[in-house]
Amino acid sequence: MHKKTLAQLSAALQAKEISSVELTQEFLARAKQFNEQTNAYITITEDLALQQAKEADARIAAGNTQALTGIPLAHKDIFCTDGIKTSCGSKMLDSFIAPYNATVIEKFNAAGAICLGKANMDEFAMGSSNENSFYGVVKNPWDLNCVPGGSSGGSAAVVAARMAAAATGTDTGGSIRQPASFCGISGIKPTYGRVSRYGMIAYASSLDQGGPMAQSAEDLAMMLEVMAGFDPKDSTSAQKDVPQYSAAMNDSLEGVKIGLPKEYFGEGLDAEVATVVETAIEEYKKLGVEFAEVSLPNTHLSVPAYYVVAPAECSSNLSRFDGARFGHRCEDPKDLEDMYKRSRGEGFGEEVTRRILVGTYALSAGYYDAYYLKAQKTRRLISDDFKKAFADVDLILGPTAPTTAFGIGSKTDDPISMYLSDIYTIAVNLAGIPAMSIPAGMAGGKPVGLQLIGNYFDEAKLLNAAHKYQQVTDWHQQMPEGF
Amino acid sequence: MSLQADDVKNIAHLARIAIDENDIPEYAKNLSKILDFVDQLNQADTDGVEPMAHPLDMAQRLRVDEVTEVDQREKFQSISPKVEAGLFLVPKVIE
Repeated sequence: MHKKTLAQLSAALQAKEISSVELTQEFLARAKQFNEQTNAYITITEDLALQQAKEADARIAAGNTQALTGIPLAHKDIFCTDGIKTSCGSKMLDSFIAPYNATVIEKFNAAGAICLGKANMDEFAMGSSNENSFYGVVKNPWDLNCVPGGSSGGSAAVVAARMAAAATGTDTGGSIRQPASFCGISGIKPTYGRVSRYGMIAYASSLDQGGPMAQSAEDLAMMLEVMAGFDPKDSTSAQKDVPQYSAAMNDSLEGVKIGLPKEYFGEGLDAEVATVVETAIEEYKKLGVEFAEVSLPNTHLSVPAYYVVAPAECSSNLSRFDGARFGHRCEDPKDLEDMYKRSRGEGFGEEVTRRILVGTYALSAGYYDAYYLKAQKTRRLISDDFKKAFADVDLILGPTAPTTAFGIGSKTDDPISMYLSDIYTIAVNLAGIPAMSIPAGMAGGKPVGLQLIGNYFDEAKLLNAAHKYQQVTDWHQQMPEGF
Repeated sequence: MSLQADDVKNIAHLARIAIDENDIPEYAKNLSKILDFVDQLNQADTDGVEPMAHPLDMAQRLRVDEVTEVDQREKFQSISPKVEAGLFLVPKVIE
């Protein structure tokens, strides 16, 4: 059952070929078995999952079902789950039992989906390798010596090893797409504001966006239909109807124009990754797609702009972790300032501390204009690059990441080289547009992701293009050995 | 931009994060590298460019001023490090 798509699982449940309890038990067994090798879950919620599965079976028996009723999912541990530990990968929240559900969780509960557990992640979603988790690195199911990417590394590994039928992730600078690329799965970062951020622990609020991670574009469409939509509890939630993504999946790509940004194919791109992307371009040509070169001339400024904007927002967002009302508090604080400083010093890991310090510095008196204002102006230039490109093309295509999954520990001593692994994904977040990664081949035995970028609220077009590719290729169906 | 140990201590104080004295040089080195890296932004010609604070041009939505939250004090305080008689306890602020 674990190899089946969401649509196939849904059909099997409706036809009563299998009950949700049986399906949940199968996935729970896989989750427990493979967690020893992968460390992909922080928490496995067995009791909750079986309870929800019983309720799902009752709904199915009563004929009161939706597409995802009875289907076992994993949620990134950044989404608050009522009564369940929500750690965000941090010692700071190791003792935090969320007192409410994120809107995304509420929506999956209402749809009757099953929560198998909470997926591992880089602490507070800051990282590109999952090595910054308080709960230890996640291992890539394709090569246990390699990272799964990050920050949604646990979610990506869970889907790659089929330890859940699909998962949720979040993407602030590439945190859905880069791990999807490294783990050979599909993932979409929707337009900023498309999925509610309520109850999704904030990192950089003008960039953060939740989205699904799954085997295929078809599965992503089913997930996104549940996740997306206006939420009055999120002040930046888009007041736009959610289209039925599944309906447009089979539209012809004849005459669709896709742009190839020359900046995404230059220095720094691994030759084998480039070959995989070129092969995918040929495949798309057979489907009737027309290609044109486009230019995103400020691409090289996107990582520097991000590492001012994101730390600035994080230094503000993470000031809520003060040891006063929830989260970690140090032993025997001698006064209030001592409590703040030691609770935060003990609770935050190194990369989180680094980003808070960079952000604090960039926002401090005398430096605001030179860093924060300059980065916001550069952000406008980066965003305008996309606007110009989308005047000529429907979608943009390129690699998701410059390399395949790298070795555990190989970049931990050099933050800048780690940051540059997001070079092709970060600009999308600064602009706020949607983008996805789908598996398009292998290099050295490891998966390579293909990135598709769309204009604002063009998720349907992205999913359509990805689905058509997956109809004529089988990279998305491949599984790592031993799972 | 090269940060010295004292700069790091000052920033850490502003951010209210205690950093072990032994770790200060490593933070100074890495933060300096990051600031050097973001200095590339100076290459951008941003004269007359409007700063972009947010990806979507949208007005802040207002809601009706009515009570929507219920009292969940006990639930919220059950996960608190220290509470007494319904109050969050912190070290004494005023002598």
